Amino acid sequence: MTGRWLAGKVLGAFLTLIFVIVFNFFLFRVMGDPTSQLARLPQSTPQEIKQLQKDYGLDKPLLGQFADYVGDTARLDLGISQGSRRPVWDEIKDALPWTLLLVGTGTLLATILGSWMGVIAATRRGKKADDGLLSFSLFTYAAPEYWIGIILILVFAVWIPVFPDGLQMTPGAEFSSFFDKATDVLDHMILPVTAMTLMLLGQYFLIMRSSMVDVLTEDFVTVKRATGLPWHRVVRSHAVPNALLPLVTLSAIQFGAVAGGAITIETIFSWPGLGELSFQAIQDKDFPVLEGTFLVFSVGVIVANLLADCLYFYLDPRVQAS
Amino acid sequence: MSPEQAASAALIPAEAAIEAPTDEGGVRHLLLGTWRGRIGLGIVAFFIFIAIFGSLLAPYDPNASSLDTLAPPSWSHILGTTESGADVFSQLLVGARVSIVVGFAAALISAVLGSAVGLAGGYFGGWTDRSLDALENWFLVIPTLPLMIVLARILNPSLWVLIAVIGLTSWAGTGRIVRAQVFTLRERAFVERARALGAGDVYIIRKHILPNTLPLIFANTVLIVAVAILSEAALSFLGLGDPTRISWGTMLENAFDSGAPSAGAWWYVIPPGLCITVLVLAVSMLGYLFEEYVNPRLKEQEG
Repeated sequence: MTGRWLAGKVLGAFLTLIFVIVFNFFLFRVMGDPTSQLARLPQSTPQEIKQLQKDYGLDKPLLGQFADYVGDTARLDLGISQGSRRPVWDEIKDALPWTLLLVGTGTLLATILGSWMGVIAATRRGKKADDGLLSFSLFTYAAPEYWIGIILILVFAVWIPVFPDGLQMTPGAEFSSFFDKATDVLDHMILPVTAMTLMLLGQYFLIMRSSMVDVLTEDFVTVKRATGLPWHRVVRSHAVPNALLPLVTLSAIQFGAVAGGAITIETIFSWPGLGELSFQAIQDKDFPVLEGTFLVFSVGVIVANLLADCLYFYLDPRVQAS
Repeated sequence: MSPEQAASAALIPAEAAIEAPTDEGGVRHLLLGTWRGRIGLGIVAFFIFIAIFGSLLAPYDPNASSLDTLAPPSWSHILGTTESGADVFSQLLVGARVSIVVGFAAALISAVLGSAVGLAGGYFGGWTDRSLDALENWFLVIPTLPLMIVLARILNPSLWVLIAVIGLTSWAGTGRIVRAQVFTLRERAFVERARALGAGDVYIIRKHILPNTLPLIFANTVLIVAVAILSEAALSFLGLGDPTRISWGTMLENAFDSGAPSAGAWWYVIPPGLCITVLVLAVSMLGYLFEEYVNPRLKEQEG
């Protein structure tokens, strides 16, 4: 049963990935004519274009081109960046850790803060604290995250210059130790991570709040109270662990938003991750890089979804029974 | 209309009317009788007014440059000037149009697509449903903004590309909701009865399924408007907006590119973002209101 369920999920994720690759192929190879991108120079002769087509295998039938494309992608040969002339995969490899650092820290903080706020609001439903937290989370949902980022720069880097307004570390600085370097990166991280956290916070808060409200009306909570257990112990030891479950599913849904946020927030803070790389590719019309970052974002979201499904399955015995 | 269809039409409306949760008085009360409805409607109406008449109300030509660059607010420029010396307030008024037009037009495309896919999948079931469901799943999983970026970049930015790209990428949620509703409707007695009386598929969908799904589609579409407005702003901010038109997103792009945040030009960076936020808040508020009305279970949960 478990094996079949898992196999189904993995197969589903695999099919979604195949869809992405087919989609990418059609988008970039068929719709966006690759020779016009290869031969950017307007004075290239028809013979030169022919030669380019031959070099890149574009004179083959479409199915053959597709097979080549799948093979190249599987070998992580994602083409050459038109901006830097470096292999796209090398660019991605350099940028990925920075994005993971930003996105991971932001997600972690948003989960902790959001669920904590959700518990507070749910246990004080209808009171001032609840109303305040609800309004705050609606505001952070409606406000564009890059605008929040710009305001953070305005307030904490310009008016009260306590944090740097961009980049991941001080340019040209020599660090005497790893600790010094880490402190410098941390200093640069605070504003972008804050923007990322604020962007994700609202959803976690709303889900935790409604999940807590549901759990608090369940029979076992009443029974626990009847045993004479203090209220705060009932909340902390019995209600919260049960209410946390929907957050697992939410974190999976959120990964799509995280990818979008990475693009805009990294752009604002010149954070050298995949988002900044995508932004440069948009500006330069660097299609191979755009294609590569889209692929990596998609794979990231697909894998994250799969992991969240597995975690949910492991945590909730009700899913296993059905 | 065949005699059978006429017969079923005569028999069914009474029950169909009970099924459909929307009635004129209810919606009017929702919009005008609750404070959330009044505020939401008021703000949205205000921005629609600005979208229509903004260019007439603007005190300056929003594109006119002057030597007075990045000047703070003054009597002649109540929200200061841009990096090229243009009037921020005038740009703000003119920029409302793109947000409103793209928001509503893209949501309409998304509603039509989502309803069509949801109705077809939910009603016909089987392979139709399975393949449409796979398509929906794909659109739900794939990160939306990167997908929009890739499409917009390949198609070259314009207002129509923005509308199409946002509409084509945001229908999957609607499809999912419509499908679930149609699943339950399909088995109801009044649909069975219509079928027994010889009504065709198209007739049943049009007369019985669609009217009972429409309120749900409507509530969902209002929420999609909010998402579409945010998407337009994000794409424009990333340089994928219509280069010939001013929008709040392109204002933020220009402000950021010209280093306005580092120059401390709060009058240039705060207003466009605030307009987006307030409009999205108002639209979402109306959306949640309709959603609670259509699906009262949500309200009970919120208590």
